[in-house]
Amino acid sequence: MAVDMNADTKVNMKKTVTIEPITRIEGHAKITIELDDVGQVADARFHVTEFRGFEKFCIGRSFWEMPGITARVCGICPVSHLLASSKAGDAILGVRTPEPAVTLRRLMNYAQMVQSHALSFFLLSGPDLLLGMDADPVERNMAGLIKVHPEIARSGIRLRAFGQALIRALGERSVHPSWSVPGGVRGSLKAADKEHFLAQLPEMYSTLDIALDLMKDALDRYATEVDAYGSFPSLFVGLVGSDGGLEHYDGHLRIVDSDGRIVEDNLTPDAFLGRISEAEETWSYLKFPYYTPFGPERGMYRVGPLARLNVCDFAGTPRADRELRQFRHFGGPGKTVNSSFYYHYARLVEILHSLERIEEILADEILLDHHIRSRAGVNQNVGIGVSEAPRGTLFHHYQVDDNGMLEKVNLIIATGQNNLAMNKTIKQLATRFISGTKLEEGLLNRVEHGIRVFDPCLSCSTHEAGRMPLHLQLRAVDGTLLDEIKRG
Amino acid sequence: MSVITLTINGELVSARSGQSLLEAIRDQGISLPTLCYLDGLSTRGGCRLCLVEISGQARLQPACTTTAGEGMVVVTHNDKINRYRKMILELTFAERNHTCAVCVSNEHCELQTLAAELGMDHVRYDYLNPQLGIDISHEKYGVDHNRCILCLRCVRVCDEVEGAHTWDVRHRGIASRVITDLNRPWGESESCTECGKCVEVCPTGALFDKGMSVGEMKKKTNFLRRILDGREKNQWNR
Repeated sequence: MAVDMNADTKVNMKKTVTIEPITRIEGHAKITIELDDVGQVADARFHVTEFRGFEKFCIGRSFWEMPGITARVCGICPVSHLLASSKAGDAILGVRTPEPAVTLRRLMNYAQMVQSHALSFFLLSGPDLLLGMDADPVERNMAGLIKVHPEIARSGIRLRAFGQALIRALGERSVHPSWSVPGGVRGSLKAADKEHFLAQLPEMYSTLDIALDLMKDALDRYATEVDAYGSFPSLFVGLVGSDGGLEHYDGHLRIVDSDGRIVEDNLTPDAFLGRISEAEETWSYLKFPYYTPFGPERGMYRVGPLARLNVCDFAGTPRADRELRQFRHFGGPGKTVNSSFYYHYARLVEILHSLERIEEILADEILLDHHIRSRAGVNQNVGIGVSEAPRGTLFHHYQVDDNGMLEKVNLIIATGQNNLAMNKTIKQLATRFISGTKLEEGLLNRVEHGIRVFDPCLSCSTHEAGRMPLHLQLRAVDGTLLDEIKRG
Repeated sequence: MSVITLTINGELVSARSGQSLLEAIRDQGISLPTLCYLDGLSTRGGCRLCLVEISGQARLQPACTTTAGEGMVVVTHNDKINRYRKMILELTFAERNHTCAVCVSNEHCELQTLAAELGMDHVRYDYLNPQLGIDISHEKYGVDHNRCILCLRCVRVCDEVEGAHTWDVRHRGIASRVITDLNRPWGESESCTECGKCVEVCPTGALFDKGMSVGEMKKKTNFLRRILDGREKNQWNR
């Protein structure tokens, strides 16, 4: 993050602080903070400054190609796009996907959850959580973390590598595999690989134990600040299984409010999308979806690890259920956990859950079944695929002609659905930490961390590629630039 | 069969009379790149990748359409020829939209393999980015004109081996497109026998089996020699 301060000498001027680029997130973005005449925060905005256009250039291609093309949306969570796209393809074929293929897809999705969450916790947010929000920015990064806590950094990297290796064992490559296809998957898991991954699980569980301890320490350390990191009532949306358990691949959508009440349940992706409207603003390429019946204010909802733990009845695996019970204490009896800071904690619970599920699946005889791909032509002209990506619920919505040529493509990305909440979070943080014309790096880093808790993937959400930079501006009433922080 | 002698890259070698220069060169274990040439189909000298230098001739000549001659002195590789070959590949890539990363033939593509072999690490020409579509109206196969390099193997195999002549070419020069029947969607073609020979001989991902995902399309051209040997050597009548 670079700060560029242009202090204006005029009095009674509104000011804007710009943080650009935001670092340690995936994609390009900036934050602007508007200050009023007396130097108090009037507004704060999270701008996504990149544009890609997958929804446009995929038109005229075949839906068969879409898993491979849309996996290219993102290098961090290609698996999520691969699965959502294959599931949309399944719907277009209109045939039953073989159970072994579904199990293998679930396995890859859990591996993806492990690697992406490990990246977010240890490498992207780890420097803030373990070295401190006020640590010297020169040291407050992955290299600094490796220097101060080499064991933790190594464990985090190994945990991520475990997930990546499992994805590679299934899909031949860990980044942009094209292994899942409409109707099933292209290959199974080798018996030798199964043993290899089972043997590594004890180490991964102990890494999680360490990470959970670190998280709880961090929660103690930031106890006075946690409420500023996006703590507000909102709706939460996520998939739950048919039994109401934590679900990442299939099931139905559930919406709960901050009092823990189920607003809607048993929603199909189609029904859910019918209840969502997308607002647009000229200052961001990212749209602002909200739950239509409640309007743009009350209809704001959050997706992702925090939302998933808030909407499910239970996790369904013993270790994750124990952690889930502790997690729910932070929300109070019957309520949801509302501070976005707990996204970090939820991520760890999900890694734990994923490891347990991976262990279950690796021991499952169904992996030996060779029937992993159903073949058919176009039987339906519309297909909607939904899956839980590490960052939240992901939808791929395709309309094809009778030959399978795409006529309409709509990708609804997790980060986009968190857009309203991310904006509200940085406003809350800015109000709490920023005032006057003097910008302190540590305070600005807290605002930036407000974005990092969501682990946003802007490459996904605007469907464009790039490094993750951030820009923060402080502007006066007349728009004069008073102060600026840039990074990139 | 009479034998001729010629010099290839400074070595005195023998070849069969009437043999093409390309065959004579490859018989010596020398690798010469080709895209339009395919053993078993007529030669057309379209891709120009097998250009060689023949003493006494001012221009480079395609080895596939040149008959090996007695006393010829031939150079198959030098800086100039290598530069020309790279240039041809760069122009081929610039002409249409070859996106290897999401192509059904990724890692099994003759164009991609040649680019790697000849060290074509970038394209110096502006991409034309033409707006080209795909035709997936056929029940079994699809054609993606973005990946077509106009080698016309499909046209030749369909005409010369299958005898259907479903494929042909419309327009001229850079506007050329391979078409089925008289430019009808492939799925509506009356002449297509659905044999799939065109798909198997296509060097890129332009022709593919429907339902293939990235890198899944692996083609086998060895069927062609089997069919032709059967016909020409009368093996099928034994």
